[in-house]
Amino acid sequence: MSIAHTCAAGMGGLRAAGDLVARLQMAKGMRLAEAKQAVADALGVGVRDLSDNQAMHELRGERRLGRIYEAEVSYFRDPSPLEAKLNIEQLLGLELNGVRALRERLGG
Amino acid sequence: MTSRVVTRMGDGSLVELTPAEIRAELEAGVEAAVTRFAVEPLAGDELDHLADIFTSPARFVSVAVGDEVVLSQDGTGQPQQGGSVQALYETEQLICQDTVELSNLDYSYPAVKTIAPYEQQTMKEAQERLTIPVHYGAQPDLGRYSRPDGPVGNWSELLPQLRIDEARAAQEEAVELAVADMVHVAEALWEAGADGIDFDTAGAAGDADFLAALRAVEHLRRRHPDMGIMVGMASEVVLGTHGQLEHGGVRLAGLKPEGQLRVVQAAGATIFGPAVTVNTGKTVAWNTARALTLCKPCMAAAKIPVHMNVGMGVGGVPMSAFAPVDAVSRVSRACVDVLRLDGL
Repeated sequence: MSIAHTCAAGMGGLRAAGDLVARLQMAKGMRLAEAKQAVADALGVGVRDLSDNQAMHELRGERRLGRIYEAEVSYFRDPSPLEAKLNIEQLLGLELNGVRALRERLGG
Repeated sequence: MTSRVVTRMGDGSLVELTPAEIRAELEAGVEAAVTRFAVEPLAGDELDHLADIFTSPARFVSVAVGDEVVLSQDGTGQPQQGGSVQALYETEQLICQDTVELSNLDYSYPAVKTIAPYEQQTMKEAQERLTIPVHYGAQPDLGRYSRPDGPVGNWSELLPQLRIDEARAAQEEAVELAVADMVHVAEALWEAGADGIDFDTAGAAGDADFLAALRAVEHLRRRHPDMGIMVGMASEVVLGTHGQLEHGGVRLAGLKPEGQLRVVQAAGATIFGPAVTVNTGKTVAWNTARALTLCKPCMAAAKIPVHMNVGMGVGGVPMSAFAPVDAVSRVSRACVDVLRLDGL
């Protein structure tokens, strides 16, 4: 069922920019249009590009925001999830709770 | 001879109807909501659009490019995927949802309270493994506090015996216990790094169950202004198992989706998820039209994102463990196109 909903109506998560829009919704209670515009502005793209996986895969790689992996390509230079989330924090102006927990463990 | 269109019943079984019959199903679903719940009907152009969706011969339909919405989830992962964190990671990489939700198979806050440290460990590992938001969720599950499972009186037994005062007292006692447990677990998982907390199927055990969730939200919001909190409902009307409980001066028993949204919003939640249960004896078209009619008033009243519940047996999706993709995709598109939701 998740797959059907994802294909029918989902923004594509890490495949595109759905996770970024989702973060603004959950962190700031932003309505969809506002959250999409905020992410688009932060990335310097149009709102429609946010669900375009072709455009987003390249952009996420350049901005080091994390992306999905394809089996026949090496991604060893890509950021780790925590590193990607540090970059997402900067992009969206948020403190991600998972990163906050890491900072606490590091004594920061 | 008029061609027939493949469509589904609310239990997922396949039926073939003419376009005129499907249109009649949609109109009947709207009427069912209007009559029972005194809400406004869908507009004519909205019904026309639903008819286009449900009379399409396509196996799969989707929203227009650019109209995609955020997908949140309850309980991500299947046993076939191996361990919890691996399941979340696979969902991120292979299914490409926008968020995932770590949860326990016993999807219940009173149950999870006893193993919170282990859930914290798993959340920490999930945060290291995934890039997308990882939420934590469970149900208020108020019934778990009643005997024989819990310490308070069993209102399901007391009510048929007309021991109303005792039943109400038991529920009020259970609410206090439930709030403490939900706050304890939510704070534990937030400390471990969860990107959000989900109180799912709020109101499943009636108005006391809903009140427990609302109080937990208030308590958490006071202590954690930045915590993302999602409240998903159990059904389209809050049952008055207690009957006299209020929150913020609003009686909870009998609240419909718009009323539910208003109290959830006022309590301080970040995202609201209405749920409309499916009648398995009616078509998916009927069920979807009814669900949209009931939830449409939420959108004008919402100041927070609305993520309609479209899982098994809610929102129009068939009550089936293996919901057919033709039905699920139609529900998805119908909800997004007509309601202009913030998510599913």
